[in-house]
Parts: sequence; C-alpha cells; structure tokens
Amino acid sequence: MKIFDGELAKRGFALNAMCYSFNLKENRDKFVADEEAYMAAFNLTEEQKEAVRKRDVLGMLEAGGNVYYLAKLAGIFGLNVQDLGALQTGQTLEDFKAGLLAHGETITRNAA
Amino acid sequence: MSQVAGGIFTSHVPGIGNAIARGLQQDPYWKPFFDGFEPVHEWLAKEKPDVAVVFYNDHGLNFFLDKMPTFAIGAAPEYRHEDEGWGIAFSRPYPGHPELSWHIIEQVVASEFDPVTCQSMIVDHAVAVPFELCWPGADAFPVRLVPIAINTVQHPLPSPKRCLELGRAVGRALKSWKGPEKIVVFGTGGLSHQLEGKRAGFINKDYDHFCLDNIGPNPEALLRHDSLDIVELAGSQGVEILNWIAARGALTGEVIELSSNYHVPISNTAAATALFENREFLPA
Repeated sequence: MKIFDGELAKRGFALNAMCYSFNLKENRDKFVADEEAYMAAFNLTEEQKEAVRKRDVLGMLEAGGNVYYLAKLAGIFGLNVQDLGALQTGQTLEDFKAGLLAHGETITRNAA
Repeated sequence: MSQVAGGIFTSHVPGIGNAIARGLQQDPYWKPFFDGFEPVHEWLAKEKPDVAVVFYNDHGLNFFLDKMPTFAIGAAPEYRHEDEGWGIAFSRPYPGHPELSWHIIEQVVASEFDPVTCQSMIVDHAVAVPFELCWPGADAFPVRLVPIAINTVQHPLPSPKRCLELGRAVGRALKSWKGPEKIVVFGTGGLSHQLEGKRAGFINKDYDHFCLDNIGPNPEALLRHDSLDIVELAGSQGVEILNWIAARGALTGEVIELSSNYHVPISNTAAATALFENREFLPA
C-alpha cells in the first residue's frame, strides 16, 4: 500500500502548495481564469501539470498530490470526494455510491 | 476543582458540514447519522461543560506541509473556521482558554512530550463539524476550546501508543488544573474510510466494530496495530482513529458508554458517534 510519506511529500510539494492556496476564493478564481499561468507560478512539474490538465486524479497522486489538498482542487471542478472515488476506481458515480451503500448498516446502543 | 465529565467521539467529514449547511438533517440519507446526536444533546444540556478539549487532525487549513507538527496545541484567545476550498465557513467563533492551554502545554512537556504551541490558529472541519453537530443553532458556543492537533496526514505518523500516552498526559494536566471548569474531551474523525487511489471507498466494518467495542472499556486493545497496520485495516483516512485513541487517554476515571451510533455510509465514510461518561475517582 502506498502511503503519503516523505518521498511523496517531497515529490508533491509544488502541487500540494498550489492546492493549499485554493483555501482562498480569490486564488480559485485566478486558477480558473488562467490555469497554465497559475500552475507555472507554483512551479508545478510537467508531470503535475499534465495530470491537472487531464483531470487525472491517479496521475496527481502519482506526482505526489495528497488527497486532502487535491480535494480543494477537485472542488473547483465541482467534484466531491464521491466523484473522486468514482474517477479513481473507474466506476460510474452511481456504481461507486452503490458499492458504499452495499455496506449499509446502522447499529445504535443507548445505555439510558 | 475542574472535572472531566466525559468524552464525545465523532466522525467529522466535510460532507456532514455540507449537509448541515443545506439543512439535510432529516433527509433519509443523513437522518440515521444525525439521530446519533440526540443523547449527546441531552447529555450536554444536563452537564453544561465549560471547556472542550478537542483532539483532531488538520487537513490543510492551518498547517501546510512546509511545517507539519506531529502534535500541536492551540493557546489562542479565539479560533475561527475558514473556507477550506469549497466555500463553506461556519461563522460562529470558538472562544479559547489560553490559561488552560498553557497549563496543558506545561504539563505535557513535563511528561516528555514536545508539542508545537500555537497562539494563533484557525481550525478546520475536524473541529467545526463536531461543534456544529453538538451545539446546533445560532447562539454562541457555550464552551471554550483547547484544540490539540495530531498529524494523521504525512507519514511517519505518531504511534497509537504515543497518542494514548499524549492523551493520558493531557488527562493528568486536566486533573491538576485548579479552575472550576467542567470539561468535555473530543476525539474526531474516522471510522474506516479511504479517499484516494484504487482503494477509494474502502470500508472495514469488522475493524470499526472492534474499535467501538474497545475504545471505552479497553483502549489498550487498539494498540495492537501500529499506524501502518491501521492504514491497512481502516483506510488511509481511517487512521484518524488516532484522535479517538488520544482523546480516550484523557479520560482517566471510570469510563462508561452512554450511547453509540454506527452508520454506514456517510459520503465515503463509515460514520460513528459515541458518548462516554468519565466518573472521576474522587478522594474519599
């Protein structure tokens, strides 16, 4: 299993730094206005830029992106974590959600 | 004399915050999760704690990967939630308790821990969502906040044992606090979920049941897996159970489960809410 460790944190620094900047709406707007200029300003590697251009989530992870940061980028594209899950697992959103619902369970305990 | 009245453990995913912002608490998809807070609301109305000590992880709001503390303790007079990238910022501020924060810092350092100390800090959904769940409505929050952040993002993560020991050190600090406050401890995050990669959507109900059954009566059972084992068992975000383990450590009395609600799925997450009373061992 791949974990987000020092090696990935080092590789992904520029991409994650760009995504961190998206906490501010004005930065999200700047990215939308000119993606290439914004990626260049954060010194993304060519691999990272290409993954962002293609909206290739697995490629972004491979390039060191951390999902907590990528979630901020995904938000700009109108994608939530369930959309991301479907994209990464090669399923439709409906199938991905159905897979989660298949685990469906509610267990409630009350001492009172 | 301060008193640690109990502990509240809950999932904190942003989807819950989004559901709150959209008023979906009674929606059939969300209701089984939100219903788990009824006993919590009753308990909070009865106990009326003054302080919340919250063990959580930051997801890239206050901390970036340029400076990533393993443990960080807030000591600010006030905290705020801010936009994390998707346009939701809860407006109610969180009053701080710098005096208690510094007491905790001094005591845990005396216990050989080395936290980063933060006199200025913003808190993300891992604090904001539990607060919205516990104290819905428009009034100001009735508790003062001491946030304690644990790195569950960038490996190497602290071990479960280290997190339990941190919690115990905080618990000792709370016991030695001379103030009159009633305190509630929070552990936020979990249970099993994984957001990234081909294993996105991973859920492990067996491990979740194991955690819920043991976190109260036998937290040492959760130490049999190291942090990497937990990533394997609970998913790369399920490792947020470290926050629960630390919070459990801060309950140093007799710990009794008052309620527990496990509901799958909420977004990509096996969600859970548990409430524990902490009966202090009082001197005779």
